[in-house]
Amino acid sequence: MRAYIPSYDLRIPGSLTEALALLSREPGVWQPFAGGTDLMVLLEAGKLSHKRFLSVAKLDDLRGIELTTADVTLGAMTTYSEILKNRVLQKEFPLLCAAARETGSIATQNRGTLGGNIVNASPAADSPPALLVYDAEIELVSARGVRWLPYHGFHTGYKKMQRASDELLRAVRLPRRVKKWRQYYRKVGTRKAQAISKVSFAGAALVESGTIRDMRIALGSVAPIVLRAVKTEDALCGSGVTPEVIASAKESLAQEIAPIDDIRSTSRYRLRVAQNLLEEFLSQLAK
Amino acid sequence: MDEQFIGHAVIRKEGLGKVTGRARYVDDLAFPEMLHGVTVRSGIARGRICGIRFGEGIPWSEFTIVTAADIPGKNEIALIEHDQPCLAAEMINHPEEAIVLLAHADRYLLEEARRAVQIEVEPLPSIFSIEDSIAKRAVIFGEDNVFKSYQMEKGDVDGAWAQADFIIEGEYRTGAQEQLYIENQGMIAKANPADGVTIWGSLQCPYYVHKALVALFNLPVEKIRVIQAETGGGFGGKEEYPSMIAAHAALLAWKSGKPVKIIYDRAEDMVATTKRHPSRTRHRTGVTRDGKLVAMDIDFVIDGGAYATLSSVVLSRGTIHAAGPYFCPNVRVCSRAVATNAPPHGAFRGFGAPQSIFAVERHIDQVARAVNLTPEEFRRRNFIRKGQTTATGQLINEDVNFNRLVDRAFRESEYHAKRERFARENPGAAIKRGIGFASFMHGAGFTGSGEVYLASIVELEATPEGTVRVLAASTEIGQGTNTIFSQIAADALGIGYDRIEIAQPDTGIVPNSGPTVASRTSMVVGHLIESAAIGLKRTLLDSGLLCDACTEDEFVRACKRYIETRGPLRSRSQYEPPPGLHWDDATYSGDAYGTYAWAVYVAEVAVDAVTYEARVTDFVAVQEVGKVIHPVLAAGQIEGGVAQAIGMSLYENVVWREGRMANGQMTNYIMPTAADIPPIRVFFEEQPYPFGPHGAKGIGELPMDGPAPAIINAIENATGICVREIPATPEVLMEAMTERTGTLA
Amino acid sequence: MPETVSRVSIACRVNDEPRRVQAFPMARLLDVLREEMHLTGTKEGCGEGECGACAVLMNGAIVNSCLIPAIEVDGADIRTIEGIASGSQLHAVQEAFLECGGAQCGICTPGMVIASVALLRRHPHPSEAEIREGLAGNLCRCTGYQKIFAAVVRACESAAEERPGS
Repeated sequence: MRAYIPSYDLRIPGSLTEALALLSREPGVWQPFAGGTDLMVLLEAGKLSHKRFLSVAKLDDLRGIELTTADVTLGAMTTYSEILKNRVLQKEFPLLCAAARETGSIATQNRGTLGGNIVNASPAADSPPALLVYDAEIELVSARGVRWLPYHGFHTGYKKMQRASDELLRAVRLPRRVKKWRQYYRKVGTRKAQAISKVSFAGAALVESGTIRDMRIALGSVAPIVLRAVKTEDALCGSGVTPEVIASAKESLAQEIAPIDDIRSTSRYRLRVAQNLLEEFLSQLAK
Repeated sequence: MDEQFIGHAVIRKEGLGKVTGRARYVDDLAFPEMLHGVTVRSGIARGRICGIRFGEGIPWSEFTIVTAADIPGKNEIALIEHDQPCLAAEMINHPEEAIVLLAHADRYLLEEARRAVQIEVEPLPSIFSIEDSIAKRAVIFGEDNVFKSYQMEKGDVDGAWAQADFIIEGEYRTGAQEQLYIENQGMIAKANPADGVTIWGSLQCPYYVHKALVALFNLPVEKIRVIQAETGGGFGGKEEYPSMIAAHAALLAWKSGKPVKIIYDRAEDMVATTKRHPSRTRHRTGVTRDGKLVAMDIDFVIDGGAYATLSSVVLSRGTIHAAGPYFCPNVRVCSRAVATNAPPHGAFRGFGAPQSIFAVERHIDQVARAVNLTPEEFRRRNFIRKGQTTATGQLINEDVNFNRLVDRAFRESEYHAKRERFARENPGAAIKRGIGFASFMHGAGFTGSGEVYLASIVELEATPEGTVRVLAASTEIGQGTNTIFSQIAADALGIGYDRIEIAQPDTGIVPNSGPTVASRTSMVVGHLIESAAIGLKRTLLDSGLLCDACTEDEFVRACKRYIETRGPLRSRSQYEPPPGLHWDDATYSGDAYGTYAWAVYVAEVAVDAVTYEARVTDFVAVQEVGKVIHPVLAAGQIEGGVAQAIGMSLYENVVWREGRMANGQMTNYIMPTAADIPPIRVFFEEQPYPFGPHGAKGIGELPMDGPAPAIINAIENATGICVREIPATPEVLMEAMTERTGTLA
Repeated sequence: MPETVSRVSIACRVNDEPRRVQAFPMARLLDVLREEMHLTGTKEGCGEGECGACAVLMNGAIVNSCLIPAIEVDGADIRTIEGIASGSQLHAVQEAFLECGGAQCGICTPGMVIASVALLRRHPHPSEAEIREGLAGNLCRCTGYQKIFAAVVRACESAAEERPGS
């Protein structure tokens, strides 16, 4: 335990209005605190330089999973355990469930939240690649109002994002239009459970008569942000799935990602495995 | 002697406390007015201390501050050599050297204070690899960076090459490994000049700590008292390092006049305490075309880190085990332990043997290939048998039958059928499967004259309440000491398991039965307990208060009567070597160990062609161990050791940066979870060893030796990749593979 | 001196008893249990939420107490290892750990028992895969997990034996 705990403040407002008012009154002073599974780790390592936190634990507005025929909206405080229990998500958004199942341990899944994961903005986060593939949109609220924006583009650089300091992430919305898509998720970690990913890959494709009509590819841990490989997606649209197409897609992917050497793995490994995952995904489409 | 408890799965002696959370480990203990202590460390691999600055914003007058100048006796942690200081005074030799100790009642403020101490250092050139150490890029120990060297020779290696039809060379490497007991290290000390020093802590060897504190405080032996608290795992990591923490806690207690508790957090424990010695082994092996070994020339080097600590002993065991369980008439092992500017490496289950056995068992597979024999056939032609001599010239006088062990291991693992099936199914498969094995032995007890030197003692004492107390310095660290000792004593006395109490290892109360290391606790100390129990019963028989065929009630009554009328009823037993053992320290030859456990382990692996991850999918462990005293505990030792070795083989990688462990977090230092470990199927054979209790041999370290080469042999079988280093992480496998062909076809 | 905030009052239930303590808002639940409430059965193994030695049940769900800030414990229902047995009657999981050799050094055991209890509540008859997944958040260095798996299976069997009509 490397932190001076008495210096750290955590407030738990009882309503969204109260929370937003505080953020508005004291911009930049309060950072949001969701399940705590990232922030408490930083705290204990003595690496949490910010000292004042605003817990969103009691904000009912940030909870719950709502369904319409067009989309599923998950409150920012939805935990991974809640994601795993939801039948619509299991059926229509299996990549999000796969990511949730591979996040930490069950104890982590009971506390960790989707919103916290997004705002923590680790490039190694497990769920964001699935969110990117699903064309997720996120809702930001402040005392000034509400806005929706596509999740793709929300992260602008390593740990930088389009959230103003008086805004809270309230919800994540997934359009329900991937029922006919072929979906693939694979996380390559340091071990089979409780692992930070070295490379993660989410892919979804709409294939008709052997031709790729639409394609989504997103990866984690291969760039400063969780990344959609749009150039590779574009190159694949309109193609059949042949060995030449696969080889070319792997080349294209190598140009779009920027994996690094770090404590867990090497850039060469990440690059090669990312390409292999793409190949595995595309090969499955050919069947 | 009746075996009412031995051989049966009695309930763990201290199990109830463990499953209810009532067992008290050192961090669960507290004393009135207790302070917490922390250590300020060097942060740089090598240099000279120019100054210590205490930063602003901390009420320093409230703190107890200790440096080397406060040490009453010698500034060293007494072990074997005298080179490791308790607190660095002038020279720094590794990045985690303790320099300043701080104590305060407020644990949070203490952490702030630790951050506020600056050590000013003038850096000096440092070295971090075996190669740089041997090349003397900087000389950091003695004249040549060598802590210790051995030259072990049998026959005439140089003359034997002429007989060889093939000469095969290979180099093999193993990395550092962190013991990663789930309970971090910690100590509580009370100390003052009048009463002396009392220590409570997480430790394996109370008398090692005792010896270190005697020298540090320059106090008579009876003024130092060391008490073991319930200890959450050790694996060797709590063999010698606890002396350092105990010394630190005691110095703070001495200066402050209050009890002081030092508990490491995980980050500090991982980076600052000992790890397994990294190793490099070079083999040169001569064989005839019909697959007989004629010459083995082995160069074995281990990286000891900055101070000598136990490196000479680790080197010794690694050296003796380096040639494997084979008969070869000409063997030479040249070995060295060298210094680098990393925190000192130390004891870890296996203690040099896993390193040298990895090399020989990997190498033998290569040798077999060169002679166009299967790994199995080559070994069968060379396994040592009764009547043959080992690499140290020790005559094997027991019926070791490796052929039978191999047969059983292969039957249980379906080795041949799987090998054939995998060969058929692998081409084009996304997951390549393979099966491999290792054959090995592990000498139990201290090497050579070590046990004579230890001269271990145990005592038994009958109590007026009708129980018998075992007084020994052997510690329970999870392996089952309390249970095994109780089984042995109960059967020897002919009374119930529940009538045996194990005294808490406390140097104020128990005699020195030696350290809890070297797979000696059941075999050596257990035997002493058996003798002492027999001695106690004999005393009662001789007194006329008891006759031979007595009931438990009669025994209890006789004890009470004896104590009432004659005083304490005690017995004592001291180690005597088995007859006929001869070891020559000068030539490093002779009977290295009283006995060996013999084993064949088979690993089945699956290697993913997409991610280059290898995982173990099935594991069979067959070993001959003399006698299984407790079937559940014995299997538990093997299973746990295999799991640790799987970690060592595939997952546990220490990332070094300028002598510091950069991945000192459980997030980044990867040990296997419940999802990673395969079924581990354990089988025992029993060929009683006459000098172990009921025939038992030591087994605690054996399971660490075999899995790594079995697994890497299996990976070679699965993929054709010849990996010569561990951990064989996916990155290593990928590089080895792309070097070879470009794809895992 | 570093700047400090005030302690807050935490009222919660721990092992079926109401407890009230003062704690800093971001103090760890682990420390509140061990130091303020003197419930030392819950252990610190890593301080990073990786080892599970600190696992407790919070509002019925397993969490790592080293990652729970004290202020969130206000109003919560906590169960620690000390609250698993009913008086002197051990839980089936605890009995099974004793019978099967699931505890060696014992430091992971409190968290492992909590995880096993939580697992069996979710899956009364777990498959091997469910057992592995359920315990994957609890590291054990001594056992290699084999006898812990056996203990969970044994606990299911004995729970089944106790059910009326079986």
